[in-house]
Amino acid sequence: MLSYIGRRLALGLFTIWAVSVLSFVIIQLPPGDFATSYLAKLTESGNASAALEADRIRAHYGLDQPLFVQYFRWLGRVLHGDFGMSFDWNRPVSEVIGDRLALSMVVALAAILFTWAVALPIGIYSAVRKYTIGDYILTLLGFFGLAVPSFLLALVLMYFGFVVFGASVGGLYSAPFEHAPWSIAKIMDLLKHLIIPAVVLGISGTAQLIRIMRANLLDELGKPYVVTGRAKGLPEWRLIGKYPVRVALNPFASSIGFLFPQVVSGAIIVSVVLSLPTVGPLLLSALQAQDMFLAGAIVLLLGVMTVIGTLVSDLVLMWLDPRIRHGR
Amino acid sequence: MVDDVREQILPTAHPPEGGVDLADADAVLPATDAGLAGPDAPPARPASPAGSGTTTPEEEWISVATQRQLIWARFRRHKLAMAGAVVVVLFYFVALGADFFAYADPSAADAGRSFIPPQRVHLLDGWRPSPHVNPIRGERDPTTFQLHYVTDTSQRIPVRLFARGYPYKFLGVIPTDIHFIGTGRTRAEESLFLFGTDQLGRDIFSRLMIATRTSLFIGLAGVALSLFLGVLLGGISGYYGGIVDTVIQRMIEILRSIPTIPLWMGLAAAMPRDWGPMRIYFVITLIVSFIGWTELGRVVRGRFLQIRGEDFVTAAELAGSRPRRIIFVHMMPLFASHIIATTTLALPLMIVAETSLSFLGLGLRPPAISWGVMLQQAQNIQAIALSPWMMLPVVPVVLAILAFNFFGDGLRDAADPYHVG
Repeated sequence: MLSYIGRRLALGLFTIWAVSVLSFVIIQLPPGDFATSYLAKLTESGNASAALEADRIRAHYGLDQPLFVQYFRWLGRVLHGDFGMSFDWNRPVSEVIGDRLALSMVVALAAILFTWAVALPIGIYSAVRKYTIGDYILTLLGFFGLAVPSFLLALVLMYFGFVVFGASVGGLYSAPFEHAPWSIAKIMDLLKHLIIPAVVLGISGTAQLIRIMRANLLDELGKPYVVTGRAKGLPEWRLIGKYPVRVALNPFASSIGFLFPQVVSGAIIVSVVLSLPTVGPLLLSALQAQDMFLAGAIVLLLGVMTVIGTLVSDLVLMWLDPRIRHGR
Repeated sequence: MVDDVREQILPTAHPPEGGVDLADADAVLPATDAGLAGPDAPPARPASPAGSGTTTPEEEWISVATQRQLIWARFRRHKLAMAGAVVVVLFYFVALGADFFAYADPSAADAGRSFIPPQRVHLLDGWRPSPHVNPIRGERDPTTFQLHYVTDTSQRIPVRLFARGYPYKFLGVIPTDIHFIGTGRTRAEESLFLFGTDQLGRDIFSRLMIATRTSLFIGLAGVALSLFLGVLLGGISGYYGGIVDTVIQRMIEILRSIPTIPLWMGLAAAMPRDWGPMRIYFVITLIVSFIGWTELGRVVRGRFLQIRGEDFVTAAELAGSRPRRIIFVHMMPLFASHIIATTTLALPLMIVAETSLSFLGLGLRPPAISWGVMLQQAQNIQAIALSPWMMLPVVPVVLAILAFNFFGDGLRDAADPYHVG
């Protein structure tokens, strides 16, 4: 069991390291170093000491050093919580990101909760009432849920929201709460606004999970212990809820492993479409302005969050399933 | 969001065994079709139980059918997959003859006819079939100067098949000006506006045709590249095993556990602004396939591991065959059909990836025309509230993804005709 946790942790750390390398590559990719683009920006605004300033930046970030030295210096600064300067905003990256990262995670979690809440009953229903009209309709809906990319769904929903309610359905807060301090009313407002993003982002995961749940439960339903329970006269709903569903539940926990990256990933574009104040629109504008410290930091933080999420799901799974706990 | 299509397939194919750690699930091999070696091996299920002498003609046919016939028979049973196959073929048909199906120059802008709503086509004149449209005239409101369009019902413009339109090269070689449909007239207001026009007055139907070509072929190119990567790395991983296998498998795991879209965005944004459309096209394909190969890699590795232990592989090894010969001559034919199925399932991923990137303005850029580029104009609520037909490219995107998924699903089920599903 300990060795299993150890292996997971090691792999997680290794993944985080790989993410950090990828983020650094993304920072380095645009032609010219960021001092050059900063210089261009300063010159544009008519700053006389621009060249001096650029030299100072070059020295500070060690841009004249070889790449791998730069990488380790960058990594060292990141580990101290210094993500560098956002040249577009002219403020430290951590300040620009602010609570957007937390909101991104809130949106992703809401989507996953929605996925679970919907997929569990529907999955059980489709398995127990196999090949009925209801099962067929739900399966077909599931296919559509899988096929429609979430940002297109957001686009279409936004249009219908506009036509039906005459107002934009985007954003995470109503106007009066935009800059208000946190309060119960603001949280309620946020929850109300979370519904659409959660549904949009959760729908494809829901469709997948329904299929997994249905297949797993179908495997279990034919087993002798179910027949035994039924023969002994257990009420049907209690029989199904207490035994086969529990066995079929395991993939639910492991599904976070693939749902989480998927939802975080989809949230980027959906946030742009629905103009949510998450890291999505920020990443897009940072990339468009080639504000690479900001973009790199966002990619890195999203990656790290995902790895942690996956790790947590692995641990939950281990706690749930004795076969994994004692298997190795 | 994009990973979903890839994941969708796995669980139902081989339902995860209770709580087996997903990361290692592929190490647990489905034992169902082990032992069914070469294409010429007898089917595992004897056509008739030994002893009983009665066989129906149906069963007799199965016992002598070649693998290809079995695959086809199995595929045909899958109704949705057949429908998917038809739609896929139609899509590529449109893609090949994109200029032929477009009736207006897709890049011809005309500010005088921006945002024309989709036009109604009348198929009948009384009871006589005579497809025609009414001309559309733009009028400016004298006080607000806003442009709005009126349909002139007093006149008719017949819609002809194989009408003359703008010149192009059919399949890129044959110069012609014949299009599938059109009015054959040259004046702007006498043209067709089946799906309306966009802000710059470009015809949406014609642009959709060209966009279909771009988006589908970027998908094909991307899938070809990831096929190469997947087969190469998956093959090496499965054939040699050991430390190489571990390294490649960890690499795949890492790539799969990182959110892909930010990564794509980061890579795509690094392209210099002044690059030409061809170079951008190429780089986008590269980026898209860079992450798309992992699923293929896993499938190939799984099959390799499964087949490597077979007697005929050992026999070939003992006979002194080189690895390359064993892989390509003895092992490849066995799982080629699986690879084709997985490739088909990877295509919609590529299409979504390109559409997402272009939609965000990080992928293909105008003057290139793709589904994503067209949807970019539908990004803000004002645009789609006033002219909802700008959202039309959503339809082919969803249709293509569904069709490819059904098609690939059916192929995957059929790829292993001995497997009792």
